[in-house]
Order: sequence, then C-alpha cells, then structure tokens
Amino acid sequence: MASEPRRLSRGPVPFRARGFAPRLRPLAAWGSFLGAILLWQAGSSSGAIPALVLPSPWEVLQALWALAVSGELWRHVAASLQRLLAGWTLGTLAGLLVGLAVGMFTWARSPGIAFVSALFPIPKIALLPLFIIWFGIGEPSKVATIAFGVFFPTVINTFGGVDNVSRSLIRMGQSFDLPTRSIVRKIVLPGALPAILSGFRISASIAIILLIAAEMIGAEYGVGALVLAAGNLYQIDQLLAGVVVLSLLGLCVSAVLSRLEAWLLAWR
Amino acid sequence: MRLEVSQVGHRFDDLVVLEGIELSVEAGEVLALIGPSGCGKSTLLSILGGLLKPSSGAVFREGELPEGCLVPMTYVFQDFALLPWRSVEGNVQLVLEDQPLTPAERGDRVAEVLGLTGLGDFRAAYPRQLSGGMRQRLGIARALAVRPAVLLMDEPLSALDAQTRSLLLEEFAALFARTRATAVYVTHNLSEALRLADRVAVLSRRPGRLKDLLAIPVPAAERAAGDPALAEIEGRLWELIRDEAAAADKELGDRKLSDGELGDGV
Ligand SMILES: Nc1ncnc2c1ncn2[C@@H]1O[C@H](COP(=O)(O)OP(=O)(O)OP(=O)(O)O)[C@@H](O)[C@H]1O
Ligand SMILES: [Mg+2]
Repeated sequence: MASEPRRLSRGPVPFRARGFAPRLRPLAAWGSFLGAILLWQAGSSSGAIPALVLPSPWEVLQALWALAVSGELWRHVAASLQRLLAGWTLGTLAGLLVGLAVGMFTWARSPGIAFVSALFPIPKIALLPLFIIWFGIGEPSKVATIAFGVFFPTVINTFGGVDNVSRSLIRMGQSFDLPTRSIVRKIVLPGALPAILSGFRISASIAIILLIAAEMIGAEYGVGALVLAAGNLYQIDQLLAGVVVLSLLGLCVSAVLSRLEAWLLAWR
Repeated sequence: MRLEVSQVGHRFDDLVVLEGIELSVEAGEVLALIGPSGCGKSTLLSILGGLLKPSSGAVFREGELPEGCLVPMTYVFQDFALLPWRSVEGNVQLVLEDQPLTPAERGDRVAEVLGLTGLGDFRAAYPRQLSGGMRQRLGIARALAVRPAVLLMDEPLSALDAQTRSLLLEEFAALFARTRATAVYVTHNLSEALRLADRVAVLSRRPGRLKDLLAIPVPAAERAAGDPALAEIEGRLWELIRDEAAAADKELGDRKLSDGELGDGV
C-alpha cells in the first residue's frame, strides 16, 4: 500500500546547533564564589553551623589578620616558599637534563625509561623517613623529598616533548649542517617547550603537596606546620587561615606559570 | 658540482626500496625524478643529500662550489619544515647563525633571498601567518641563503593548491634559469618535470630501479605549450609511468584484499 509522501509546510529552517559551547562569565565566577561565602557566613551567624565544627568566614579572616600582624604568618610562608623553590628548582633542572638525554640518546633511553617507570609510582612522601636518616631532620630532607617528587613528572614530560618534536624539523637542521648544539638549542628545546611548560603545572602541584606533607611530619615553621599545630590545639579558625594561604599560594603559582607560557609560547 | 650515484640500493628491514641505481647529476642541470608512489623517490633523495645511509653502493660528489657557498647541498621540503616559533627572517637566519659571517653579511644575505622570493615585506611575520605558497617561498629563500651547489627538492609543490602550484612553478623556472642551479626535483607530476627539467629519470615501482632516463631537447626557457617535441616526450613519459602506476596500484589493492583491509562484504 503506497502511503502519502511526507511533506513539510513552508517555515524557517530550525536552528539545531544549540549548546555544547560553554562560555566564560567573569561576573558569574566572582558572584558564585562570593555567594557561597555569604551563605556560609549566614549559616554561622544564625547558629545553623556550630562554631566548633566550622568557624565563620569572618572569624577565619580575623585569624588570618592576627597571624599577619604578629609576623607569624610571614615566617611560615617564607619557610615554605624557600623549601618549595629550592626543591622544585632542583628537581626541575635534574628532570630537564635527564628528560633531554632520554629523549635524544640511545644510551640514556632504555635505562632512563626503566628507572622512571619503577620509581615514578612510589608516593614520594614514603621516602621522607629515609631522607631524614640520610640528611637529618632539617631542611635538606624536605627539599630532597620535593625535588624527588618533581623530578619524575619533569623527566616524563620533557622526553615526551622531545619525542614529539617533528623529525622533519630535525632533519631540516641537519640538512643545513647545523651543529648538534644548535639543533638542540634552536629546534629540539623550543619544540619541546609546550610539553615542558605543561609539565611545570603538574610538578608544581606535586611540589606543594609534598611540601605540606613534609612540614607536617617535622617542621617548626611552614604553612604545613601551622595547619598541623592549629589542628592539634583545636584552633579551627587558624587552621582554615592556613588553608586559605595554601589556596592563594596555588593561585599565585598558576598565575606565574600562565605568564611564563604567554611569554615563551607567544608564537602559537 | 656534479653528483654520481653508484650502484645504490636500499632496504628498510625486509622491504627492498631501491635496487642498483646508477645515475649522475651534472653541474648546472635540473634532473627530475618521477615514479609511482612509494617507489623510493624520497629515499633516493635522502641518500643523495647524506641524510640516509644507503644499504649498498655510494654517492660521490665533486666539482666547483659557487662563490659564498656555505652548505654544498640543501633541501626544499614538501612540508616546508619551517620553525613555527621563528619569524620569516628568523627562519632564514637559522641556517646562517652558525656560519662564519659578519652580522652585516648575514643581514645582506637575508635581505637578498627574501627579496628574491618576494618576502621582503613579511620579514616579521610568523609561518602561521603566511599562505602555503609563501611558506614554500620561505623554504626556497632559506635554501638559497647558504648558496648551495645542489638543491634537492622533494615534491615542493604537492602540499599547495593548483593555482599556487602553477604560479610557483613559473617562479622555479625563472629561478633555475637565473641561478643556473643544479637541482634534483622529485615530483609525482609530469607537467612539473616537463616544465623544469633538463633530464627526467623514471623509477619503476618498488623495488625502485632506474627505468629510463630521458633528456628534454628543448631548453627550459623556450618551452611552450603545444611544442611537438615536448608532446612527444610527454607521451613517452606518460606511457612509462602509466604502466608502473597501474601495476603498483593493482599490487596495493591485492595486498589490501588479502589483508582483509577492505573489510567484509567487499
Ligand atoms: N623510515 C622508513 N622505515 C621503513 N620504511 C620506509 C621508511 N621510509 C620509507 N619507507 C618505505 O619505503 C618505500 C619508499 O618510500 P619513499 O618515501 O622513498 O617513496 P616515494 O617514492 O617518495 O613515495 P611518495 O611518492 O609517496 O612520496 C615506501 O614503501 C615506504 O613505506
Ligand atoms: Mg616521497
């Protein structure tokens, strides 16, 4: 039985490509953040959130202010920043060197990949006791833990980046008789830079985690020590003030890295 | 400078790609290398330029270098091989920076080759801001900056659209005529070979052997469409490559079928 052909009556073509394109709204970002804090404050003020469980944002701010004016905060932050910078720089430099070698030389490749694969999965904080035995309870053991934790992801990202540099660019350099050091400096390194820089984001967050963990295990000063001591004394407002400082620290690191990327990768 | 290919053969593991290639490239001539896809043209060009060690045989070079020659043999690449993080000027500078030149000499060379390729107004642009044709002109500028004795070109036009291709083809012809360059020009395209080459080497399908070597009797500058001598050569070349291409195509198809690459129901 032949059915009637289906027929569309005249009308505009319907738009069908809606959605799947989220946009950024800075106002919504700040607004939602502020809203959550106001809600929290309202909960605390009305007594719905007991102060013993969670102090109000205002109290946290006051604790932060008190720490700042007493000078206590800066001593903690300075101690943490020093460890972070020393450990991250050390781990990054070593990681870049090893990563480049693994990426470029046959002699380094298989041994390098074997060692990295075996050691990368170890949670590096487990090695802190060993480093304390080797280097003592002071700064070097903490710095070593951070450096060690930063080293592996840096190696992995660097040699991945080197692997991804187009072989045809390297052959181009060779076909113009460029010396090896120029090929490394002008072709391989810039080509691997995007991967190296995105590795910095990972290694920086690992460094902060290890920093706080190491400071909780044994340090007089440092944001980790501050948070731990406040917790032991049930000073939840101070504890949260420390957490706020950590959030700010993370934001600063991320902003610095974004700047670095914008500057070094302007050609993209 | 002249190149002499002596009994060159090459294999990648078990795959024999080239066999018994015996060929010379004379000073001042443009030699086109044509043959079906996968027959080993790029492989032979890499061997010519010292970027690949042949499994057997050798390539010899001898003869006079042009004045100011810094690198005897350079390449022009199919994919341009430009550094995206360097400007037009920087990409040319790259190949001069390690050479014993004064900054002024370097600047002169950069200006000269950018002028020659019509890129003078784009010194500060980055490769991503250039059209395909301009990118390849930059590839040429970079190759010319070291005043090579031999230019090795691997399908320099095949990544470009048809209009750009014919424009650049004429530029190549003018360039070769003016610089009296020695060049080996790999192409799929008969008309490129017929426009530019003094001689055309035809490779057979893999394993690539030298199937024929034809001289084009009309000087490149005097070639015009409809020239009976050119038409005759074109006919012969077309016959040579048509058989090879058809056979290569059939082999490829047979292999795909036996590998089940075409899937069920074919
Ligand atoms: N590095 C390599 N390792 C293994 N096999 C390769 C390698 N390079 C090329 N081949 C193979 O060698 C054969 C010849 O390759 P080549 O690139 O020289 O061919 P071609 O004539 O330039 O082809 P096309 O016209 O497609 O550019 C091909 O079958 C290719 O798959
Ligand atoms: Mg090829």
